[in-house]
Amino acid sequence: MLKTFPKGGVHPPENKLTSTKTIKRLPAPKVVYVPISQHIGIPAEIIVDRKDKVEIGQVIARSGGFVSSNIHAPVAGTVTKLDMIIDTSGYKKQCIVIRTDAKNESNFEEIDFPLKKEITLQPEEIVQRISDFGIVGLGGATFPSHVKLNIKEDRKLDCLIINGVECEPYLTADHRLMLEKTKEILVGIQILMHALRVDRAIIGIENNKKDAIEAFKTLSVQEPRIQVAALKVKYPQGGEKQLVRALLNREVPKNGLPLDVGVVVHNVGTVYAIYQAIQHNRPLMERVVTVTGKKLEKPSNFWVKIGTPIKDLVEEVGGIPEGTRKIVSGGPMMGKALKSTDVPVTKGTSGILVISEDEASRGEPKNCIRCGECVSVCPMGLEPHLLMNLSEKNMFEKAAQEDIMTCIECGSCSYVCPSHRPLLDYIRFGKNITKELQSKKV
Amino acid sequence: MSDQPIIVSASPHVHSDRTSQKLMYDVVIALIPAFLVSLYVFGINAMIATAAAVISCLLFEYLIQKYLMKTEVTIGDGSALITGILLAFNLPAGIPIWMIVMGSLVAIGVAKLSFGGLGFNIFNPALVGRVFLLISFPVQMTLWPTAVENNTTVVDAVTGATTLGLIKEGVQFGETMTEISAQLPSNMDMLLGITGGSLGEMSALALILGGLFLIIRKVITWHIPVTLLVTMAVLTGIFWWIDPEHYASPLIHLLSGGAILGAFFMATDLVTSPVTKKGMVVFAIGIGILTVVIRLFGSYPEGISFAILIMNAFVPLINTYFKPRRFGSKIKAKIV
Amino acid sequence: MSDSILHSVILLSLLGIVAALVLYVVSKKFYVYENPLIAEVEELLPAANCAGCGSPGCRAFAEKLVGTDDISDLFCPVGGNDVMKLVSEALGKEVAEKDPTVAVIRCQGSCEVRPKTTEYQGPKSCTISALIYSGETDCQYGCLGDGDCVAVCQFDAMYMDEATGLPVVITDKCTSCGMCVDACPRDIIEMRPKHKRDLKIFVGCLNEEKGGIAKKACSVACIGCSKCFDICPKDAIVMENNLAYIDPEYCTLCRKCVPVCPTDSIIETNFPPRKEKKVEPKVTAKVEPVKPQPNA
Repeated sequence: MLKTFPKGGVHPPENKLTSTKTIKRLPAPKVVYVPISQHIGIPAEIIVDRKDKVEIGQVIARSGGFVSSNIHAPVAGTVTKLDMIIDTSGYKKQCIVIRTDAKNESNFEEIDFPLKKEITLQPEEIVQRISDFGIVGLGGATFPSHVKLNIKEDRKLDCLIINGVECEPYLTADHRLMLEKTKEILVGIQILMHALRVDRAIIGIENNKKDAIEAFKTLSVQEPRIQVAALKVKYPQGGEKQLVRALLNREVPKNGLPLDVGVVVHNVGTVYAIYQAIQHNRPLMERVVTVTGKKLEKPSNFWVKIGTPIKDLVEEVGGIPEGTRKIVSGGPMMGKALKSTDVPVTKGTSGILVISEDEASRGEPKNCIRCGECVSVCPMGLEPHLLMNLSEKNMFEKAAQEDIMTCIECGSCSYVCPSHRPLLDYIRFGKNITKELQSKKV
Repeated sequence: MSDQPIIVSASPHVHSDRTSQKLMYDVVIALIPAFLVSLYVFGINAMIATAAAVISCLLFEYLIQKYLMKTEVTIGDGSALITGILLAFNLPAGIPIWMIVMGSLVAIGVAKLSFGGLGFNIFNPALVGRVFLLISFPVQMTLWPTAVENNTTVVDAVTGATTLGLIKEGVQFGETMTEISAQLPSNMDMLLGITGGSLGEMSALALILGGLFLIIRKVITWHIPVTLLVTMAVLTGIFWWIDPEHYASPLIHLLSGGAILGAFFMATDLVTSPVTKKGMVVFAIGIGILTVVIRLFGSYPEGISFAILIMNAFVPLINTYFKPRRFGSKIKAKIV
Repeated sequence: MSDSILHSVILLSLLGIVAALVLYVVSKKFYVYENPLIAEVEELLPAANCAGCGSPGCRAFAEKLVGTDDISDLFCPVGGNDVMKLVSEALGKEVAEKDPTVAVIRCQGSCEVRPKTTEYQGPKSCTISALIYSGETDCQYGCLGDGDCVAVCQFDAMYMDEATGLPVVITDKCTSCGMCVDACPRDIIEMRPKHKRDLKIFVGCLNEEKGGIAKKACSVACIGCSKCFDICPKDAIVMENNLAYIDPEYCTLCRKCVPVCPTDSIIETNFPPRKEKKVEPKVTAKVEPVKPQPNA
C-alpha cells in the first residue's frame, strides 16, 4: 500500500504531457519585467533608479521586512523604467523593467556548474545567505524560505520533508528537475539538514513519477539519513499538511504549522535553488516553467529568467493555438487565470497552461442537490456547501465557526460538484471578509 | 487566439465530468431492471401507471415553474423523471390513473416546488405523493393485484394481500407464524418478484442489481442501504429469536415490502439524506428502527415510507451534529 | 350533560386565572426599566433600519442618541436635518446640521467607451470578481458592473442600466445611507451634497493611471491634464495621482471646468442648457452618466 492522506482528495486526469521533455534553457529575453512583490509578505523596496546599469544577480529591490525577500536582477542591463505592470494577481503592480545588455556575456553563459558536495558554511550563514539570495518557496506559495529555517531554540524538530509530489495535473517542472538535477538536490537536502540540524529527511514523490523515485533511491543509498517515499497519486497531496500526514502520520493542528509537529517542508525546486545559492553563489534568478496545454504545438519545460513575459514562452512552444480561451499561470487546480500574456514569470510561476475553448468555460451553476460530494473530497474535513451558503448570505461569523479559515483552497470541492457550483469562489470571498473582520477586531 | 475575449475565472480550471443530470439518469438506468420485472408481472398496467406518473410529474413541474413560479423550467434535469418513476413504483398496479395524477401533483407541487425546487425539498417527493394517496385512498392503495405467473393480460380482477399484510392480519387474528407462513410466498419467489405488492417493490433481486449499479457508479455510497438493512435484520432478528411464533424471520422482512426499494432508492435520495457518512449511518439506523417498529407494532403492515419521511425531517439536525472531523482538530499531542 | 359543561367552564376559568396570575407576577418581577425617551426618539426616526448612521438599526441609534451627552457627531442620513431637528427638540441636545447628500457614481465607463478585453466567469458579485483580477476591462479603477451596490440598496434607489452596464442612482429615492459606498470594492460611489434642484458637478473617473494608458482603456477617462485645475476660479479642484477631484466644499457649481475637459469626464447634472458655447450642452434628467461624446 502506498502512503497517502486518509480523508478526501480527488484524482483529476493527470495530463502530464511534458514529463519526458528535457528542460531547455531559453536565451535571455530582450526586456525583463521584475515585479517587486513576488512572494507572500511585504513587497520588496526598489533600490535602483531609471537608467541605472545593473549586473546579473545584483540586488535591485531589498527585502521589506522579515517576511519578505530580496529581488535580484535576472539579467545584466539597464533599468529603463519603473512601471506598473499587470502580474499574476490580475492587478497592476510596481515592477522594474530592465533592458538586457546584448553584449554582456554573463547573460548568456552556461551555468551548469560541476557538482560541489562539500558544505563549508555554518548553519547560521546558510540561513543568512538563503535570505540574502531571495529564495522563496518555489512550489507556488512563494513563502520566503529563510522564515521557515529560522527556528527558535525551544522548538523541537526531527524531520525535513522534501516535497516532490507535484500533484497538480499538467505540471512537470519539479518532475524534470528531480530527474535532471538529482545529485544537486541531494546535496541541497544535506545543506538544509545541516542548517536545520536534523538527522532525517524524507523525499515524498507521487507514484506517477517512478523514474524520479528510482533515481533518488539509487543515489541516496550512500546517504542513509535521506529516505525516498512513493506516494499514491491523489490531489492535493502536495499540500504541506496533507504531505506531513501522508508521510509521517502526524496531523498538523488546526491553524498550526508543520513545525508544530516537528517538521519543516520544502519543495524540490526550492532545494535546488538553495543548492545553487550556497554552493555556487547564485541568487534566485531563474526557475523551471512547464508550458503546456492540449492544443499546443510542442509543450515543453524551460529554464526561464524571472521577469520574462509569458508571451515569449508561448511563442517558443509554437504560439497560442486557435481557439484558446484561457491562459493559466500554475496548474489547473490552483493556478490563476491571466488577463493577458504580457504578465511576467515570477518566482511562483510553476507552469503556463493554455486551455482551449471546449474546456475553458465553466458550467452553469445549478441548485445544490446536497449530494455531499464536496464534503467527502475536502481534505480538511470541511463542509464546502455549507461554507458557500454562509458566505453567500454574509454570515461570516458562523462561517468562521465552521472553520472557513482552515480551507487550503485546493479546489477539490469545485472540481467534483455535479451542479457546477462556484464553491471555492464563495469560500475564498468568505475567507477574505473573515480575515478583514478578524484584523479589525484586533 | 479566438475572436472572443479570453476567460478569467477563479481556480479550479478543470472539472470532473460528473454533472447532476448524469447522476439523475444513472438512477433512472438503475431502476430499469425493477421496471422490467413489474412489466413481466403486471403487464401493460405497469407501463400505464409508470407512464402516467412520469408524464404528470414532468407536466406539473413544467406548468408550475413556467406559470406559477415564473422561473427557469428544469424538467430536463431528470429529477422529476425519477420522482415519477419512484412514485409509480410505490403504487399498486391497477390504481386509477386520476389518483396517480393527483399523487404526482402532491409530489411535485407540494413536496418539491413549494420548498423551492430541486435541492430545497426536505421530504422525498415521491414518498410524500405515495403517503398522501395512502392516507386519502386507503382502500385503493392496498388493493394489490396478485402476481399470476405468466399473466400478461388484465390482472385487476385477482387481488390479494402482500406478504407483510398477510403477516399483520394473521398476527392480529392470533394465528401463529407456522399457520401464516403456509399462505406466504416462498423466499425465492419474493427474491424474484412473484408476489403481491407495489409496482416496483416486486423483485428484490432486480432492485439490488440496480442498487449495486448506483454504488459502482458512485451515485450513492453503501452507507445508507447497508446500515438500513442491517438494522432491520438485527431488530427483526431479535424479535424472531425471542418468539418465532409471533414474529416473522428477518429474511421475510428484508425481502418483502418496500425494504429493498426504500433502502437503495428512496432513503438514498441525495437531496433528502445527510451529507456526511456518519450522518448517513445515523439516518439509516433511524429509518431501520422506525420501519421495524411500524411493521411489528403499528397499524400499517408496511412502514418504510413513513420511516423515511420521519427521518427526512431529522436530516438538517443530523447534518448539524454529525460533521466531518476537521483536519487537525482534537488530535492527541503527538509531538516527538 | 350540564355537569360536563359546568366542569369545563370551571376548569377553563381556573386555568385562565392561574395563567393571569403567573403573567402578572412575572411581568412585575422581571420588569426592565427603560428610558421612555428611547421609544419616543425611535418614533421620530425613519424606521428604515439601514445602518447608515453607523448603528445597527433605528432602535440602536435611538438608544445611542438618548445615552450620549454630545450628539453633534451623530446624524441620521435618511431623515436628514428635519428628523434631527425633531430629535434635538425631544432631547434638548444640540445636533449638527448637514447638507443633504446623494450618492453619485464616479465612473462613466460604459460598454461603448470602455471595451471589454476579457470575460469574467464566476459568481455575479463585484467583491468576488475583484478578488481574482482587475475586471473585464483594462481599467482597474472603474465600475465592475456586477451590481453589488444595487443589491445592497434597501430603498430601490439604484438599478443597473442594461445599455451601459453601470449602476444608476435614482436621486429622489436615495436616502444617502451609504450602504452602496461600503459595498463597492472600487470605492466608485461617493456621497456628494445635494444642492438645490440636485445640481452636481463631479469628475466621473477614478483612473489613477497616466493619461495615455487611461485613455486607451476608456475614452472618457480623466487623463490628469490639469485643464480643469487651471480654470477653476475657486481652487476647488485637487490634482492627485493623475486624477482630478472636485472638492464639493469649495465648488460653487460655476461649470467652468466642464467644457475644458478634453475627455468629457466631468459630469454635470440638472443644469439648464448652456448659452452660446461651442461645446454641446449636456443635460440629463437624473444622475444618469452623461452619454459619451466622441472626443469633444
